[in-house]
Amino acid sequence: MSRAKKPKGVMVFIEFRRDHIRRGSIQLIGEGRRIADILGVKLSGALLGHGVRKYAKEAIQYGLDKVHLVEHPILASYAANPYSKVMVELVEKYKPEIMLLAATKNGRELGGRFYVHLQTGLAADCTAFRIKRKNLVMIRPAFGGKSLAHIMCKKTRPQMATARPNVFPEPERDPKRKGRIIKENIKLGPEDVDAKMVQFIAHMEDEATRLADADMIVAGGHGIRKADTFGTLQELADALGGTVAGSRKVVDLRWLSKDRQVGQTGKTVRPNVYVAIGISGAVQHLAGMQESEKIIAINNDPEAEIFKIADFGIIGDLFEIVPEMIRQMKERRPAKEPT
Amino acid sequence: MSMPEPSGLRMVVCIKQVPKAEQLKIDPVKKTLVREGVESEINPSDLHALEMALQLKDKHGGSLLALSMGPPRFIQALETAIGMGADEGILLSDRALGGSDTLPTSYALSKAVEHLGHFDIVFCGEETTDSSTGHVGPGMAANLDLPQLTYVVEVEIRDGHVRAKRAVEDGFEVWETTLPLVITVNHGCNHPREPTLLGKIKARTIGVIDDLNADDVGLDKDKIGLSGSPTVVDKIETVELPDRSGRIYSGEAREAVRKLLDDLEAEGII
Repeated sequence: MSRAKKPKGVMVFIEFRRDHIRRGSIQLIGEGRRIADILGVKLSGALLGHGVRKYAKEAIQYGLDKVHLVEHPILASYAANPYSKVMVELVEKYKPEIMLLAATKNGRELGGRFYVHLQTGLAADCTAFRIKRKNLVMIRPAFGGKSLAHIMCKKTRPQMATARPNVFPEPERDPKRKGRIIKENIKLGPEDVDAKMVQFIAHMEDEATRLADADMIVAGGHGIRKADTFGTLQELADALGGTVAGSRKVVDLRWLSKDRQVGQTGKTVRPNVYVAIGISGAVQHLAGMQESEKIIAINNDPEAEIFKIADFGIIGDLFEIVPEMIRQMKERRPAKEPT
Repeated sequence: MSMPEPSGLRMVVCIKQVPKAEQLKIDPVKKTLVREGVESEINPSDLHALEMALQLKDKHGGSLLALSMGPPRFIQALETAIGMGADEGILLSDRALGGSDTLPTSYALSKAVEHLGHFDIVFCGEETTDSSTGHVGPGMAANLDLPQLTYVVEVEIRDGHVRAKRAVEDGFEVWETTLPLVITVNHGCNHPREPTLLGKIKARTIGVIDDLNADDVGLDKDKIGLSGSPTVVDKIETVELPDRSGRIYSGEAREAVRKLLDDLEAEGII
C-alpha cells in the first residue's frame, strides 16, 4: 500500500443477507466502536448491495460514524469476485488502519480473497481484540480452543480480521444517532461476474438456530456404537426437554446430519446443560461446547477427557445408563410437574 | 450427467498434514500443548476434497495431482493421496518457506500450480484443523485470478460449465460458473475412500512423488517465510477451563443414575 496517507480509522464490512443485516455484522459494529474509541478514530462501514440505503441508516444507529454505500445491480446478492473488487477499492481509497468482517462463511471467503490484493495480514475467526501500542491484537482460539493465539500485524495496513459471530454483544440501536452516508461510485461490469448464484435452498427447519438456542443438548459420540442409538438419545432428550446433537465422528459416520455437529468444524453451543454421551472429549469437540453452563458426561472410560470438564457424570456402560435415566426421569416427572 | 468431458479434467488437490486432532492435549502442569507422540494425518476436510476430485475423475477421466507444501515428512500425506487414487504427488518444500502465514502459503501454492501447468480445478479442504483459517483456497483464487466456490458439497461439470452446491449457515446455494476455478470442499460432504494397498505400493515404488523448491517455482524470497508473513503470533495464552465440581458416579447403573438425577434436581437442572 502507498505511504501517501497514514492509515487511520476502523472499517467494518456490513454483511446483509436478503432482508437483514446479519447479526455477526451488528455485533462487530459494537466491537468496532469500542476499538475506534480507544484509538480515538472514526468507525466506518462498507455496505455493498442494491437498494440497501435503509440498511446504511440502520447500521449507523448501531454505532457507525459513516457508511460507504456501494450500490450496483451486480452487488444485489453476495458474490466473491465483485465484492472483493469493491472492498479493495474502498480500502485503497480510505486507508483504514483496521478492517473487520464477521467470520460467516461469506465473510471468511471474502476476506480470504481481498486481503491478497491488499498484501496485508488477516487473522481468522477472532473472539477478542485488544490494542497494544496502537496496534491491534487479534485474539483467536488455537488448538481446538485450549489456547488463545494473540496475532498482530505490525508491518502492513490495514490490520484485518474476521470475528466469530455470537461472541461480541449486540450494541443498542439508537434511532436518534446520526451519521454520514457516502455514496461511492465504483465501476463494475459483466467481466467482474465470474460466478452466479442460481438457487437458494433454505433449511427445512432452521436447525442451526435451534441447536444454538437450545437450553438442553443431549449429544452422542463414537461410543454410542451405532446410528440406532440416537433413537434412545432422542428419548432421553425428550424426557429432559432437550435437543439431540453429536460429535464429528458420528457425523463422519453419517449417523447424524452435519447440522447437528458440535465442535470446531461444527457448531459452537452454550446451553444450560450439555449431556455428553459416549464422547471422549477431543479438543475439537470441547471447543464447541466447553462454555456450556453445566456439563454432564456419561462414558465407560474413566480416563476420558470429557470427565475433566464435567460437572456431573457417570462412569459406566451408556447402554445401561441411558435407558435407566429415561426410566427414572419418567418416574420423577409426574411428581415434579403435576398436571 | 452422462457424457464425459472430451479430454478429461485436469485437477490438483492441495493437502496438508496435520497433528491428529483427538490426540492433542494440554500438559496439565506446564499448561503447554503436548506435541510429543502425537501422530499426524491428512487434514480431514482435504480428504473430502480428494474424494470429490476422485469422483469427478471416475466420471470424466483426466488426471489428479496432489500438492502439499511443508517439510519432507509431508510425503506421508501425498502417499495416502496416491493410495486413494491420485496420479501424482508434488511436495513444495523449502526452508525459506518456514514460518509462512496464509498470505505466503497461498502465494507459494499458486506459483506451484502455475509451474505445474494448466488445471481445470484447484481443490482445497474448507480449512485445516491445526490453524483453521479457511484463507488458503480463496487466497489461491485471488492469486490465480480464478472464480472461487467455497464450502462446496456437490459439484457437476458439463461442457466446461460448473454447477456446485455450497453449504451456508441457513441452507444451500447452487452456483454456476465455468472452468477453470478454485473449489474448497465442505467438511463431511462425502465419504472419503480408503487408500488401497496397490496404490500405496505405487506411491512408494514408481517415483510418482516429486519435490519442488522455492527456486523451481520462481518464488520471490521476500514474499515467503517469516519475513513475507504480515502476521506474527505475539503470544499463546493457555485457556484455563472453568473449574467444575465434577461429581462423578460409578457402579451399579440404577443407583448411579438416582444419585445423578438427585444432584440435577437439587441444582434445579431438571
